[in-house]
Amino acid sequence: MMMLAALLVLIMLIAALAALLLRNAVAAVAAFAVVSLALSVLFVWLRAPDVALTEAAVGGGLSSLILALALRRLGLWRVGGSNE
Amino acid sequence: MRKAAALLFTLGLLFLLSVMFLRFELGQAPMRIGKDILAAAPEQVGAANIVTSVVLGYRGLDTLGEIAILFTAATATGLILSGLGGGQRRDPEGGFILRHGADLVFPFLMLVGMYIVVHGHLTPGGGFQGGVVLAAAFFLPLLARPSRAVSHSALGWIEGLAGASFIVIGLWALTLDQAFMTPWLHQGVLGELFSAGTLPLLYLALGLKVGAELASLLAHLAEVEASE
Repeated sequence: MMMLAALLVLIMLIAALAALLLRNAVAAVAAFAVVSLALSVLFVWLRAPDVALTEAAVGGGLSSLILALALRRLGLWRVGGSNE
Repeated sequence: MRKAAALLFTLGLLFLLSVMFLRFELGQAPMRIGKDILAAAPEQVGAANIVTSVVLGYRGLDTLGEIAILFTAATATGLILSGLGGGQRRDPEGGFILRHGADLVFPFLMLVGMYIVVHGHLTPGGGFQGGVVLAAAFFLPLLARPSRAVSHSALGWIEGLAGASFIVIGLWALTLDQAFMTPWLHQGVLGELFSAGTLPLLYLALGLKVGAELASLLAHLAEVEASE
């Protein structure tokens, strides 16, 4: 079972590094969400489902949504509005 | 200078984490009050989810502080963002799949959010988590159709009434010769939906408050268009 935790921590480390190093800001936000989701699985493994639910909803969902909207506001993320 | 400060901070954090890693075994936190609460909570509060009986029962005042912090942060952000002249140029409508997918998923997201809020005293989850899901559910139609206006005053009313009822439920305990935020009402049978006294009501108020607050915040953020 320790292997699962090690794997999750590895995923988190890789995703965190990706969030730091990726040049594309939207991809960095997605990597940030991956860190939170892996952390929430880790919380389930540590038998803290309440905290896991909070981490998934707030860390994985809301924070990345707010970051993505902030990118939009800063003009770092353009939506191609050519279709329709 | 700034790099030195960053290095110092990183070293301190590393030291803290290594001490924690060496001293405590993973998943085996040393608890003193935890065992007492685990033993006493099912009979004292009557919530099947012990975490809820701590969050709203034993540490209800902390939760009130938490929602006060969230309220202040959301109000300040809304104040700043609404002053930036939002609503001039909006995103184009979402495509066919996004629009119809949002319509399809919206009721299910509402259901999941309300389930998490209402069953907070029985299963993992509660007002905060469910409220965030509700806010995300309300944001989805806005993502699909950005031109649709959001009624910030209605969200404000929901938020205000929910927050006020949270405090009133807490204050009402004073009339029963109990401390502020003590759960009252009949405890009921452990594990049933209508049990644990006022805890489900408190979580419902909390969920509506957090949901309305965050939905308003997200709508504000989405309304303000990039200044190019």
